[in-house]
Amino acid sequence: MATFTEKLGNIDRRIIFLVMALSVIVPLAMRLTLPIPIGAGPSQDMYDAVEALPSGSRVLLSFDYDPSTMPELQPMAIALTQHLMTKDIKIVSLALWPMGVSLGNEALMSVSDSLGREEYVDWVNLGYKTGGGVLIVRMGSDIKSVFPTDYNGNPVEDMPIMDEVNKLGDFDMIISLSAGDPGVPAWIMMAGDRYNIPIGGGCTAVSAPQFYPYLGTGQMIGLLGGLKGAADYETMVRIGVDSAPAGTATPGMAAQSVAHLIIMLFIILGNISYLANKKRKGGVK
Amino acid sequence: MRLFIPLAITFVAGVIMILQFFVPATQSMGETLQEWYMIVASFAIFLGAVNLLHVHSRRIRFKGRNWKYSPVTIIGFSAMIITGIFFGIEPGKPFDFMFTQMMVPMGATMFSLLAFFVASAAFRAFRASNWRATLLLISAFVVMLGRVPIGAMIWDRIPLISEWIMQVPNLAGQRAVMIGAAMGMVATSLRMIFGIERSYLGGAD
Repeated sequence: MATFTEKLGNIDRRIIFLVMALSVIVPLAMRLTLPIPIGAGPSQDMYDAVEALPSGSRVLLSFDYDPSTMPELQPMAIALTQHLMTKDIKIVSLALWPMGVSLGNEALMSVSDSLGREEYVDWVNLGYKTGGGVLIVRMGSDIKSVFPTDYNGNPVEDMPIMDEVNKLGDFDMIISLSAGDPGVPAWIMMAGDRYNIPIGGGCTAVSAPQFYPYLGTGQMIGLLGGLKGAADYETMVRIGVDSAPAGTATPGMAAQSVAHLIIMLFIILGNISYLANKKRKGGVK
Repeated sequence: MRLFIPLAITFVAGVIMILQFFVPATQSMGETLQEWYMIVASFAIFLGAVNLLHVHSRRIRFKGRNWKYSPVTIIGFSAMIITGIFFGIEPGKPFDFMFTQMMVPMGATMFSLLAFFVASAAFRAFRASNWRATLLLISAFVVMLGRVPIGAMIWDRIPLISEWIMQVPNLAGQRAVMIGAAMGMVATSLRMIFGIERSYLGGAD
């Protein structure tokens, strides 16, 4: 007959799935919110770098993700766009991922409408082009030949925002919200290192560790990692701006907190079972 | 000749792409090759779309494995293409509606399933079987707590320790992996340029 610790180590995975689902659903349904502590780190560095840009600066915002990573990256896109537009910084956006272009457009339009910014004067979405790293290299010498028209098919030559933008070197900063390749590394290698343009980025939580070497060398000015990075940025953008709409990352952190605790609890239970069974069997695995 | 021509193209293109960084005279040739690459890559998308239709049509015709899912793929693919071409892709159009109301939630759902599999896999596999595994387990706990607000509520130093783990041990490991991968990439690229590595030719030898 199976002992208690053996049963503990063989919990049906359907029970694990159910508990995980409840750990996410209940905090969201109860609208539970937790304070987001802001301290020194890559999120703060990212905010400070954008904050240091003077009004009228030009930033290239690249939406290099798709709907699967949208829950983590879209709140970053909205918070960053809000920060840039509030500071009256011109945004030229594009996408290295085909589905990123629609998601980026959604973020740009929603923030632009709420802040009364004008398309083609304050921001433009150039759309998607295939090519990844090669596309970036080509943009280094001539953007308008790579993107003769924008997402809506209008010629970029006629747009006021593109008057003084001809190549990547004309931007004061590049920010890539990246879910994989092509994404942040391509922008660092093909644009940041070649043309000395500050590169900032946002990524999913699982891929954040691989970007820390770039932060260490100064090749990246800041990084928003996962929902935590998005919630950090939302919090920093909202400080002192009461009218700013609440984002989706901050409430999501309560659900993520509970989910992390549940995963840790399951790991502890699994290890209690493992160690007890090992002891009972006299150390034989 | 079937082998010589692709090997020669690879050699010439590879050498020009390297030389353009060091010899200004070859820079324009490099830029031309980059333009060609973008055109070829665009055609590759078209080729991929045709291939997708071909594979799934064959699967339906010959009742291949899981063929019942293939009509869903073809119908979804055709619906997006037809609405995109005939009605445009602007917000408010059918293409945009299908993208925001169907593709976006379905894509997000697929990625969200990861949380369930991570919980189940961690429960079964994450064991403190020796001191190295225990160290990994403790690091994972600190980082998991440091990435959520509840960590700071338990102890305000947890986020700082978590950030140290990311910025020191993690950075060192990641940098070693990156340098190793970069060296491997250089070696593989040279092997391809000089015709030693030929697997990209699809098995021709």
